[in-house]
Amino acid sequence: MELPEEELFAPGHRGCAGCGATIGIRLALKALGKNTIAISATGCLEVISTPYPETAWEIPWIHVAFENAGAVASGVERAMKAQGMEDVNIIAVGGDGGTTDIGLQSLSGAMERGHNLIYLCYDNEAYMNTGIQRSSSTPFGASTTTSPAGKKSFGEDKPKKNMPLIMAAHGIPYVATASISYPEDFMKKVKKASEIDGPAYIHLNQPCTTGWGYSPSKTIELGRLAVETGFWSLYEIENGEFKLTYKPQSRKPVTEFLNVQKRFKHLTDGDKAKIQEYIDQQAAELGI
Amino acid sequence: MVVKVITSNQAVAEAVKLSKPKVVPVYPITPQTTISEYLAQYVADGDLDAEYIRVESEHSAISASIGASGAGVRVFTATSSQGLMLMHEIVYAAAGMRLPIVMADANRAISSPINIWNDQQDSIAQRDAGWIQLYCENAQESLDTIIQAYRIAENEDVLLPTMVCLDGFYLTHTVEPTEIPESDKVDSFVGEYVPKYSFLNPNEPKSLGTLADPEYYMEARYEIDEALNNSLKVISDVGKEFGEIFGREYGLIDPYKCEDAEYVLIAMGSICTTLRSVVNEYREKGEKIGLLKIRAYRPFPVEAIKEALSGVKRVGIIDKNISLGVGGALYNDILAKLDINAYNFIVGLGGRDITPKDMDEIVEKTKNPVKDITWIGLKED
Repeated sequence: MELPEEELFAPGHRGCAGCGATIGIRLALKALGKNTIAISATGCLEVISTPYPETAWEIPWIHVAFENAGAVASGVERAMKAQGMEDVNIIAVGGDGGTTDIGLQSLSGAMERGHNLIYLCYDNEAYMNTGIQRSSSTPFGASTTTSPAGKKSFGEDKPKKNMPLIMAAHGIPYVATASISYPEDFMKKVKKASEIDGPAYIHLNQPCTTGWGYSPSKTIELGRLAVETGFWSLYEIENGEFKLTYKPQSRKPVTEFLNVQKRFKHLTDGDKAKIQEYIDQQAAELGI
Repeated sequence: MVVKVITSNQAVAEAVKLSKPKVVPVYPITPQTTISEYLAQYVADGDLDAEYIRVESEHSAISASIGASGAGVRVFTATSSQGLMLMHEIVYAAAGMRLPIVMADANRAISSPINIWNDQQDSIAQRDAGWIQLYCENAQESLDTIIQAYRIAENEDVLLPTMVCLDGFYLTHTVEPTEIPESDKVDSFVGEYVPKYSFLNPNEPKSLGTLADPEYYMEARYEIDEALNNSLKVISDVGKEFGEIFGREYGLIDPYKCEDAEYVLIAMGSICTTLRSVVNEYREKGEKIGLLKIRAYRPFPVEAIKEALSGVKRVGIIDKNISLGVGGALYNDILAKLDINAYNFIVGLGGRDITPKDMDEIVEKTKNPVKDITWIGLKED
């Protein structure tokens, strides 16, 4: 796959060492190229990339608020259409909080109306910008500052919201999951999303060094472990047709993923067995 | 030129059609609803060449308006009451991002208790957001003000969103003969929108809506304040120019029989028509009474008001809103800026009728004040 050298998300931003979100957006923009407009929800990526008077964005970029990236993108898309500039790629980017929680209504509206745009959720599984609070995308068992492990709690007690399926239920032409640790798979999906006429949704799993609690040098490794253990899966749903885009040869036990992160370190063997059981069930459903 | 007997909502829609926005994201809400319907029909019939976005909420209506305006096209939206309250956060963002969005607000009370009828609490609650706010008296003024709003908002010394406020039901659902200006005349008056700053253009990438830390934030806010002050002259100039072309002149305020008045009533919106006849009645009885209609509430036209009230001993300020605990918004602004005996009358909240008896009470209590703030038309228990 072609990997352009040009960086459309410039270095020098304020992201943490080992930040997974910035790897994700860098790859996405390489796949989309210069003829692209980005819309950000409030969140890590927005805050670290545009401290006035600096910006890391080498393409036009707009941010308005936390919960409305879908609606802002709708306005941008229609304004481009009105100006005869329909060939411009429109990509809205939100974290899991801005996508699965506070921005869900606005996103649902944008998808349902059929705007020709890509929505990319960079999912680090909690509100990382404000310091690791639980979102509906936080996985079962993770300790966050608002779902902390304690004497009477093993951390988050609900499974992660299945956002890709919610998007698929909108009947949009393209839904995909991806991981920053599988760049070729991810970029292909972004490219495909840009070529499809209508709304496309990509849910990108991205490890977060501060929120998940691991060494910044291990970001890519963690992303791989998530997929190799079946904790996260790579697939696409194109015009309603489900297809796995990567199948681990043999699934590793989930403990290999859980044991190297601070957010899961409180879990008992029993808790971990419960998570393994849940993952096995999901894997069976997906055909992994 | 054609005269149509139409509601203010239709007058607004006619004006929008004439002003030719490219993107119109709207969400229906009583009593704004027919604006959203007329515009949908114009687009469906090909009479308005715009992208109509059927958003899922008012929050998304204003958010999509920002997206479209940020992408460099003329935008219109409209709302009311709870819808405007839902927009609140993004109303501030629109002004901060300096986008010349024009929005009509069908003035309606806000919950709780839920109430669909008229007062002006909804737009007053947005007064500090940095938007220009113009209050209309009738269908003609609603139509004319929408057209002017684009000229004002898009002026390079201003670049601020503009809210055109029309009283729910009293204006939105009441038909009046209204002159529809000729399309080519409006074309040359409003002109094509060529944004000074083209933000979202891949050939000239810029970042819009960035983070500003304490080093930069205050200057950004100061510039909005400056722009709002700049708009005082622009609103006057545009109103004058509109008068030269269309025969109806508008200003920041509209004083009526204030020159020799001893006391003056001050108000905004549709109630001013009624107040003019009240003034006439009392003038016939030999009373030296006048009316000062405030058309531009933000920016607040302090100098124009001072000039209109020079020689006036006392004023009765009629507010269809209440800043609970301290009286009406207009009253408090006048108190803050003018050295004058001012008395406040809270009227018509949630559509309570304002009767001839109420008008007499307002006049009487302006002349012979009992207390600073009086609620008019409250039921005795």
